[in-house]
Amino acid sequence: MFGYYFALALRSLKRSKVLTALMILAIGLGIGASMTMITVLHVMSGDPLPGRSAQLFVPQLDARPLVRNKSSKDSAPNGNLTWPDAMNLLRAHRADRQAAMASGSAPIRPLQGSLRPFFQPGHYVTADFFPMFDVPFRAGGGWTAQEDEQRARVIVLNAELNRKLFGDAPGIGRTVRLKNTDFRVIGVLDDWYPQPTFYAQVNDRAFGKTDQFFLPLQTALDLQLSFGGNFMCWGNGGDARTSDHCNWLQFWVQLDSPAKAQDYRRFLGDYWREQQAHGRFPRPVDAQLYGLMDWLTRQQVIPSDLRLQLWLALGFLGVCMLNIVGLLLAKFLRRGSEVSVRRALGAQRRDIFLQFGIESAVIGIAGGVLGLGIAELGLLSVRQRPDGYAQLAQMDAAMLLGTFALAVCASVLAGLLPAWRACHIAPALQLKTQ
Amino acid sequence: MPLRPLLSSLTRHKLTVLLLVLQVGLTCAIVCNVVFMIVNRTAQLRQPSGLDEDQLVMIESIGLDENENPLTRHAGDLAALRQIPGVTSAVAIDALPFNGNDWSNGIATTPNAETNLTATAYNGTPGELGTLGLHLVEGRDFRPDEYLPMDSAHDWAGINHVPVTIITRALAEQLFPGRSALGKDIYPGDNPVRVVGVVDHLLRPQLREAASNEYSTLLPLLPDSADVTYVLHTKPQERERVLRQVSDVLDRLNGNRILRKPQTFTQLRDDYFRRNRTMIGLLLAAATGLLFVTALGIAGLASFWVQQRRRSIGIRRAIGATRGDILRYVQAENFLIVSGGIVPGMLLAYALNLLLMTHYELPRLPFLYLPAGAVLLWLLGQGAVLGPALRAAAVPPVVATRAD
Repeated sequence: MFGYYFALALRSLKRSKVLTALMILAIGLGIGASMTMITVLHVMSGDPLPGRSAQLFVPQLDARPLVRNKSSKDSAPNGNLTWPDAMNLLRAHRADRQAAMASGSAPIRPLQGSLRPFFQPGHYVTADFFPMFDVPFRAGGGWTAQEDEQRARVIVLNAELNRKLFGDAPGIGRTVRLKNTDFRVIGVLDDWYPQPTFYAQVNDRAFGKTDQFFLPLQTALDLQLSFGGNFMCWGNGGDARTSDHCNWLQFWVQLDSPAKAQDYRRFLGDYWREQQAHGRFPRPVDAQLYGLMDWLTRQQVIPSDLRLQLWLALGFLGVCMLNIVGLLLAKFLRRGSEVSVRRALGAQRRDIFLQFGIESAVIGIAGGVLGLGIAELGLLSVRQRPDGYAQLAQMDAAMLLGTFALAVCASVLAGLLPAWRACHIAPALQLKTQ
Repeated sequence: MPLRPLLSSLTRHKLTVLLLVLQVGLTCAIVCNVVFMIVNRTAQLRQPSGLDEDQLVMIESIGLDENENPLTRHAGDLAALRQIPGVTSAVAIDALPFNGNDWSNGIATTPNAETNLTATAYNGTPGELGTLGLHLVEGRDFRPDEYLPMDSAHDWAGINHVPVTIITRALAEQLFPGRSALGKDIYPGDNPVRVVGVVDHLLRPQLREAASNEYSTLLPLLPDSADVTYVLHTKPQERERVLRQVSDVLDRLNGNRILRKPQTFTQLRDDYFRRNRTMIGLLLAAATGLLFVTALGIAGLASFWVQQRRRSIGIRRAIGATRGDILRYVQAENFLIVSGGIVPGMLLAYALNLLLMTHYELPRLPFLYLPAGAVLLWLLGQGAVLGPALRAAAVPPVVATRAD
């Protein structure tokens, strides 16, 4: 029976070839566009540190004064801390691990070979950064808190910069000159680029390859290396990096259990009130502690343009679906006489339902296959974009299955209503009107 | 055309008509908003920066020599750059519209006041106004004796000593509404700075909300950090040639530096708006796709109905209806369905716009878009239904005598 209905469906579809082709094209376009954007957003909202992210938190102490721009962009806290607050939290040592950090860039001056000096982005961090984020070392390791305080001139290279400077072998113990200062290489990373670069300020460069070197924060401040990112000051009294009215540092803590997170929240609250008693923190908000994934959502790590593109694609799919339902309905109802004859000859309602259901499923599956192709093309075009997330736009097995399931579900759902209406055609009435 | 038979025929296809009405409504709502977004983003793309955009080239230079005085280095570099044939003038600056290097300060009009207004400070060597091509609408340019170093080594303390400033008209109107800003004092740092000039346009290095995009101040502060951008003014057709020479000239003078991003201002602007252009392309594709699918739905449905009604059309023809009557009937039917979709579509368009306003900082949809969207969909409907309508009109009366 199944094979027969299938043959009937093909015959019926062949009768109006152009329309069938256009219906398949419409559903293919809708599914292709939606799956492209769902895939892009899926890979971008992934966990940058699986297994560790649940224990990582951002403490937020919004030290800014009351009067600020009314606009939403400027008033939302970006999590940056002032130097004194970051150092207080660091030295309080109340979390399992904690680190302060800031982004920067520096001219690298190769000491050997004919390479010209070149700029590289990097991060200035404190000792716990490496164990806290489980940073994979190919060779060597990070530095100690003591070296932080001593402003040690040590550096950890990411694999790419190491390759550029020293070839394939890790350059442990060798010297790199940044700006005018020599640093000793003590560690080489294993191509470490968590996606997004969650530990930095969330901006439009959150995705893609970024940091090529890591060195102690205090050393960078001492040497006046160039810092990147948002540096915001208020009030009078100069714009020094170490002042208590300029925020620019990111701070992360590792808290291994919910109880410890609770304790840390309390500690932050106490710190907040103590500082308020000294006349700081004029805002009527409290200290906050955000989990990593929660933090990324709050900071809108996914650009709003991409979310808009997803909604656009889904809206398009919706209109395509309405279109298919309407066309199939009109098509099936036109064959009222055929249905009447079959019903009069003894076919049951579910036979009719099955027959038309199969016809719509054929369109759906064809549209799904086409949609898969279009989604691959869509992702190919996303990969051509100059943005950092471009290279992430790949379809994995789950997404592939998802696309197909979406296509079949969509079209079967679209076919359900017309098929259900068709199987309710009364046999006698239709025969009589002819 | 009598409405009754039209309506009663449509009520026989309630569900199908409802689906088509929904589709038209949804298309109307989405297309109105998408077109609005396209218009908005195109306007952003076209914003005048205030500069002679097609006559500027630039290069960033980062000196690596610890012992040299940046001010001397910049002066020497500029002298050499001005010697390049075709270069009419050259200046050293710390920021440009679209280069993202935004040094903004809170601007008050009384000492020690809290303020919620920030403006970008642009700093450069003498001749900045002329080289960039800024148009002074009031007041004067800086005098040579008003220039002093930025003092970037000490947290840019120069801003606390600078005597005068030139501001944009947008900032002047915001700070001193209804009055001339000339001669007034503003407080970007600790001390008063006198406004001596007003320029008509100067965008900030990074665009924000439309209202504050032109809040800029020009200060007679000489860039004195190792990292500086040289901007050269030349003829549009000479830009590429000048750009090819710039790196060589600077390298020959002193090789101990990194030269970055040699480019024309046009390239800088194009790069800044690249994402915006991608988005405009996608929005256009989405609008076209939606209209295509809806036209397809209308045409498909009409052609099914024409096939289904061949016999009744034949009967109508046999008892005296002309081809024109049949044509107009099908067209009127389509007009009715599309109109049925446009009414909820407009409400939906408005609702969608409210949603976009809260989540994507889109302005309110101007009223004019709604009737324009309606006309567009009516035209689309009539265009799509024309083929099936002509086929219906061509049905010969003799069909009435045949069994289907």
